[in-house]
Amino acid sequence: MISRRAAAHGTALLLLVPLASACGGDDSSGSSGKGGDTTLTVYAAASLTKTFQEVGAEFEKQHDGVKVEFSFGGSSDLVSQLQEGAPADVFASADEANMDKLTGAGLQDGEPQDFASNTLEIVTPPDNPAGITSFADLAKDGVQVVVCAPEVPCGAATVKAEAATGVSLTPVSEEQSVTDVLAKVTSGEADAGLVYVTDVAAAGDAVHGVPFPESSDIVNTYPIVALKDSKHGELAHDFVDLVLSDTGQGILEEAGFAKP
Amino acid sequence: MTFELSFALAARGVDLALEVATGETLAVLGPNGSGKSTALAVTAGLVTPDSGRVVLDGVVLTDVGAGRPGRQVAPHARRTALLGQEPLLFPHLDALENVAFGPRSAGVPRASARRDAQRWLDEVGVGELAGRRPARLSGGQAQRVAVARALAAEPALLLLDEPMAALDVAVLPALRQTLRRLLADRSAIVVTHDPLDALLLADRVVVLSDGRVVEQGPSAEVLSRPRSPFAARLAGLNLVAGTWRDGAVESPEGLRVHGLVEGEPPAAGESAIATFRPASVAVYRDPVAGSPRNAFEVTITEIEPLADLIRVHAGPLHADVTVQSAAQLALEAGLIVTFSVKATEVSVYPRT
Amino acid sequence: MPRWVYVPALVGAVFVLLPLVAIVARVDWSHFGSLVTSEGSRAAFWLSLKTSTASTVLCVVFGVPMALVLARREFRGSSLLRSLVLLPLVLPPVVGGLALLYTFGRRGLLGSELDAIGVQVAFSTIAVVLAQTFVAMPFLVVSMEGALRTAGQRYEVVAASLGAPPTTVFRRITVPLVLPGLVSGAVLSFARALGEFGATITFAGSLQGRTRTLPLEIYLQRETDPDAAVALALVLVVVAVLVIGLARQSRGVL
Repeated sequence: MISRRAAAHGTALLLLVPLASACGGDDSSGSSGKGGDTTLTVYAAASLTKTFQEVGAEFEKQHDGVKVEFSFGGSSDLVSQLQEGAPADVFASADEANMDKLTGAGLQDGEPQDFASNTLEIVTPPDNPAGITSFADLAKDGVQVVVCAPEVPCGAATVKAEAATGVSLTPVSEEQSVTDVLAKVTSGEADAGLVYVTDVAAAGDAVHGVPFPESSDIVNTYPIVALKDSKHGELAHDFVDLVLSDTGQGILEEAGFAKP
Repeated sequence: MTFELSFALAARGVDLALEVATGETLAVLGPNGSGKSTALAVTAGLVTPDSGRVVLDGVVLTDVGAGRPGRQVAPHARRTALLGQEPLLFPHLDALENVAFGPRSAGVPRASARRDAQRWLDEVGVGELAGRRPARLSGGQAQRVAVARALAAEPALLLLDEPMAALDVAVLPALRQTLRRLLADRSAIVVTHDPLDALLLADRVVVLSDGRVVEQGPSAEVLSRPRSPFAARLAGLNLVAGTWRDGAVESPEGLRVHGLVEGEPPAAGESAIATFRPASVAVYRDPVAGSPRNAFEVTITEIEPLADLIRVHAGPLHADVTVQSAAQLALEAGLIVTFSVKATEVSVYPRT
Repeated sequence: MPRWVYVPALVGAVFVLLPLVAIVARVDWSHFGSLVTSEGSRAAFWLSLKTSTASTVLCVVFGVPMALVLARREFRGSSLLRSLVLLPLVLPPVVGGLALLYTFGRRGLLGSELDAIGVQVAFSTIAVVLAQTFVAMPFLVVSMEGALRTAGQRYEVVAASLGAPPTTVFRRITVPLVLPGLVSGAVLSFARALGEFGATITFAGSLQGRTRTLPLEIYLQRETDPDAAVALALVLVVVAVLVIGLARQSRGVL
């Protein structure tokens, strides 16, 4: 015998379920083309934030009724999410290692294509308090230098830079992402850091960039691919094409990316 | 005088002064709200009066007032010890450690403090309970430990605030005897409701009413010849206050009471008190003839059953009659009856 | 208690326990040993224990007096002070880290003063302890203030009337009577300090052996070795459960 009270509570719980689902997920399951809006979901490395948003705007202009939604983050984070079944249409990685993880899991639709590359640059606060002029200066006594941890793409590049220059660094912190490195430098906490040239360009007056010659030998290549489980396969490929096109490449070049 | 207290505290409507001599126990009586606990709190330093002075053994503990630099010694430095209705034994210490707390706080080494504590526990009759935690003591036992604890602190003035009010009637006599013995040579103030406490424990009595002292004197004197309604009530007596006129005490309401004068008769027009026991009052339904000159027509306000008799209240006066009489006379509230008492049963004495 | 209460209680319990079960299920048991005893793991583990303990001590040393003042003294602004003390509870930890940076960092409020006396807070283990103390303090203050209010002041008054000076009263009466509240507050603080991430990474940075606590190590391992991350996560859970269990045990004895 269910008491009236229990029935009332049960009903209340049942009513909450549709409410929760209404609040919940993305509606990337809209019908394509005629009638409603279509949403294209792109997972891209954090360093591509500004550039890809521009590409996305361009894509929306070219494709009526299509909205591009981005999820920017650490490449390895994104791959983990995709491996766990996150719904997305396109993936752009900050390095080949993470793209290999994706293809290793068989999530790609077609071959990944390189669309840009990035190199490292030394960055300091605008007044350059430690007087950094070269990579070797980073190892001077008393210089507080912050780098990415070797486990993330920019950190792996840093390790290669140390090898290439023959200078061993003793950083005071190994950050999780380029953003964190930049933050420590702009706040004046660190005397110098190692980030991508694109980050230096984006930060503008907040930082002072110090290029070093060996950086051109350590290149992070950015690949992009459409995803197998995408519900808008054609649109996904269109997006990849736009990134590889002159328009897309122009946007990337302006931000400081180099050719792949 | 070893202890002087005089203070005023407007917030509680109290303004009084009292003294305690060395080795004397003073009982403070009064109805609720008359200022008894306030007096103790000011003495112990827990409350700062608006103005007043507290001096103990020549040391000024409190000196507050307009235009005077204020002085208020902290409670722990006043050499008073306060014991209330609730024993408030420290729950995390056993009985022995509770009693040893005072000495140890004064710097006495642990071992000798514990020896002293055991001695005090023996004094109050609960020596064998030394290792017990307060949670496992009965009300009477806990209060005894609390007494020992207060005494172990060797106060110059012991303050007891209705120490037996929360205890079973059965344990009262024994504890009272113990306290009587312990207070014999001590300076102490005992606040109480119970006239037995006043009689057995105290040398002198002070009666408070509405924050003022209305009566004071030796215990036996105050209780046998009360001069205030509260003291009379405590003593179980009827009291009529008025002026001595034409051989009777005439109350403001016009009641004339004749009685036996003790000692010198009061001067004409002087304030005087007449008291008589409720058991001496006879109750008549009809107006009375015969010798009693004290016959008062009164309206019954309340019928109160006591152990084996009925107390008939008529305003401030009351008469005790047997249950059978009350039944026979069909006494009930609202009835107009006559209270009659023989003059030989009435005590008359001057107010001052 | 009405019967239907069991339903939401069960749902809540499952909601909390299921993710823990999920972690245990994901652990690579065959490599568990080597994963948790790697150099980075061990460094992170000991650093976490050291810093969390230090933070808890600081929380007690400064939190108990704060709780006393809040519980026993009503003054103008006391409720405001209480809200501010509890602020770290509702502040996102990263925001807390930024606030600490702007205070103790090189360019912070106290930056130049600290520099002058040769104290370098940024990127140091001290910074980790500061970050953890900042986020964990409210737990102790809340727990203690509640316990103090409940205990009341009756026994303190009696103690004073027996001749005990204020410090003796504090030592022998106040603290022992709220010891259970103190222990549970300290345990909560320890657990919170142990799991602190956002403020640490923002304020102290991340360097093995110096500032990379267990949560930071887990986050880093996710990039390259998810199995290590899961294994370390389990270690963190076990430590927290042990600490809480030990605390409950000692309370029973008390």
